Amino acid sequence: MSENLVQVEHLRQYFPAGGFGKNKKYIQAVDDVSFTIERGETLGLVGESGCGKTTTGRTLLRLYEPTGGRFVYDGDVIFDVEKKQYVDMLPYRKKMQIVFQDPYASLDPRMTIGDIVGEAIDVHKMAANKKERYDIIIEMLKRVGLNSEHANRYPHEFSGGQRQRVGIARALAVRPEFIVCDEPISALDVSIQAQVINMFEDLQQEMGLTYLFIAHDLSAVKHISNRIGVMYLGRMVELADSYELITRPLHPYTKSLISAIPIADPKMAKESKRIVLEGDVPSPLNPPSGCRFRTRCPYADEKCAQECPQWRELEKGHFAACHHIDKCN
Amino acid sequence: MSEYLVDIKNERLSFFTPAGEVKALNDVSIHLKEGEVLGIVGESGSGKSVTAYSLMGLTAHPGKLLGGSLYFNGHQIEQLSEKEMRKIRGNEISIIFQDPMTSLNPVYTIGNQIMEAILLHTEKTRAQAKDRAKELLELVGINEPEKRLKQYPHELSGGMRQRVMIAIALACEPKLLIADEPTTALDVTIQAQILELMMELKDKLGMAIIMITHDLGVVASMCERIAVMYAGKIVEYGTAEDIFYEPKHQYTKGLIRSIPRLDTKEHERLVPIEGTPVDMLNPPKGCPFAPRCEECMKICLREMPPVTNFGEVHYTQCWLNQKEERSANE
Ligand SMILES: Nc1ncnc2c1ncn2[C@@H]1O[C@H](COP(=O)(O)OP(=O)(O)OP(=O)(O)O)[C@@H](O)[C@H]1O
Ligand SMILES: Nc1ncnc2c1ncn2[C@@H]1O[C@H](COP(=O)(O)OP(=O)(O)O)[C@@H](O)[C@H]1O
Ligand code: SF4
Ligand code: SF4
Ligand SMILES: [Mg+2]
Ligand SMILES: [Mg+2]
Repeated sequence: MSENLVQVEHLRQYFPAGGFGKNKKYIQAVDDVSFTIERGETLGLVGESGCGKTTTGRTLLRLYEPTGGRFVYDGDVIFDVEKKQYVDMLPYRKKMQIVFQDPYASLDPRMTIGDIVGEAIDVHKMAANKKERYDIIIEMLKRVGLNSEHANRYPHEFSGGQRQRVGIARALAVRPEFIVCDEPISALDVSIQAQVINMFEDLQQEMGLTYLFIAHDLSAVKHISNRIGVMYLGRMVELADSYELITRPLHPYTKSLISAIPIADPKMAKESKRIVLEGDVPSPLNPPSGCRFRTRCPYADEKCAQECPQWRELEKGHFAACHHIDKCN
Repeated sequence: MSEYLVDIKNERLSFFTPAGEVKALNDVSIHLKEGEVLGIVGESGSGKSVTAYSLMGLTAHPGKLLGGSLYFNGHQIEQLSEKEMRKIRGNEISIIFQDPMTSLNPVYTIGNQIMEAILLHTEKTRAQAKDRAKELLELVGINEPEKRLKQYPHELSGGMRQRVMIAIALACEPKLLIADEPTTALDVTIQAQILELMMELKDKLGMAIIMITHDLGVVASMCERIAVMYAGKIVEYGTAEDIFYEPKHQYTKGLIRSIPRLDTKEHERLVPIEGTPVDMLNPPKGCPFAPRCEECMKICLREMPPVTNFGEVHYTQCWLNQKEERSANE
């Protein structure tokens, strides 16, 4: 089975940032990003803060109007900016859901857990009567490891990990196919992160879900993703099978990202040699010409400043965008 | 006097909240020599920050120190007045926080804020303070210090702001730097820069560091000593090697098992610690970890386990080790 549920081509998202007429400025949050996700697969999306991960997820769900590109979902064109083609999202809202990063801010403190999960059921008229509605709520709470007692309680009575479970139950209630998980574990303690990741995996098996799993922590995302895409300053720089990406990264940025992860082993940490990148990520308001990574890349040369590197399939299923893959490997 | 720079003994500290008493620190002991790096790890709410802040005399209302002694660099901290404490803070002991934006004042320039720290703690003139500020910025790896001094916090990136915070903390070459999750808000590539900088500065200036973090990777690469906290207690203490290769407490073991690793084969499932963190308002009676512990015994539910020592440094508080010790002696 290798059917693409999600197919994204040349996605672009620019946010206006002041100025008028010719001087109008844009934040190039996402620029020319393409990827596919098979049904039942998890694609991990990693990169440093501000590189465009959230924007990518939100634009696909049309929480932002896309600036450019095409998104085909299960064979249906959701949008094609070039052809000015946009579908009515309502029927798709049920199929595509999102789980947010902050389990504290994303739940309405005045609503009970039951009503938070029930809200989406009402919007999409998923239940014929009160009993059915209640049954769905309880089923969803159980699926995420909570129970019926929890339905009448309020968010402040729960820990971060439990609140994140509520957020997941809310997303699951409408029986989606595709879930954008936007850093769902970043705000949680290490011991709880592992619980939540395992739960995402179990739910995927049970309900046949497809995930776009956004995170900044490569080591956690590796455990849930089949493939991983790495973004830098609005562009995708590398994409490969997750084991392949971590053991054989080809792009200089991916290499430095992996080497920067502190190793939780004192001996190995002492022996390992870190690539410490110099400088900061430039502003997406005014990204560097050519390759956006060139201001921090140890291999950058004149060509990198002039030409934007092509997104190429270097080996089967292993994509990267860099002029000098040979030189840096 | 003590052979240690920091010697906290049996500290007990509670917050008296409207909902009841939160026993934030329950018999906490920590010691640290000059120039050493101690890591404190544990989940949120376990008492890491409270321990460190109390050493600086910065316990927030409605917190109250109930017992124990806090020795630092010749001072008995718990006996000092706020006025005396103010002389020590920023001088002999400094702190950097997770979010540099909240600790920098947005309406003053970087130069203003560094110079203020210098003028407050030394006899320097403004001109001398300015030179020192430039020196400090160079020390923390910021180029064009002259230009940076005139900038405001929002004009700098997160990593740059954290460097400025470090510069301010180091203004008086403190004996002890407390770093409370200094890189949690930063990206990994920037985190690597800041950690490298901190280690360089430690070697250069010879200060001791208390590094508070929930990231076991950070302590593994930086710290000689590690304290593992759970529910207001140090449940295990040892060298980095003790903690990572010979963990004795069930929580430490679980924590190390649950770390997502990069070096594993294809698709390996994570091993979480089941259950939820302790409700600090209603902690369990015996061992605080008991409700989540797979090895929990009857006695664990009744009584807090005593300390078991393994050699000079390494110790834990877990009944399982008492049992082993006893059967070894029999
Ligand atoms: N609604 C918006 N209006 C203007 N700019 C935005 C908006 N949303 C995001 N941006 C900008 O777009 C860029 C990408 O943002 P995005 O939120 O996608 O980053 P991210 O990779 O998810 O980062 P983080 O890990 O911090 O969440 C950033 O420069 C951000 O400031
Ligand atoms: N100002 C305060 N008022 C009431 N309780 C507090 C206050 N500060 C901390 N606590 C409690 O003290 C305990 C330890 O907190 P803290 O040291 O901040 O944890 P962390 O390990 O995340 O740094 C927690 O239970 C926390 O809720
Ligand atoms: S294209 Fe050039 S600057 Fe960009 S990653 Fe490759 S070598 Fe570095
Ligand atoms: S004392 Fe008992 S409950 Fe606590 S960690 Fe040890 S075995 Fe587990
Ligand atoms: Mg984000
Ligand atoms: Mg804290």
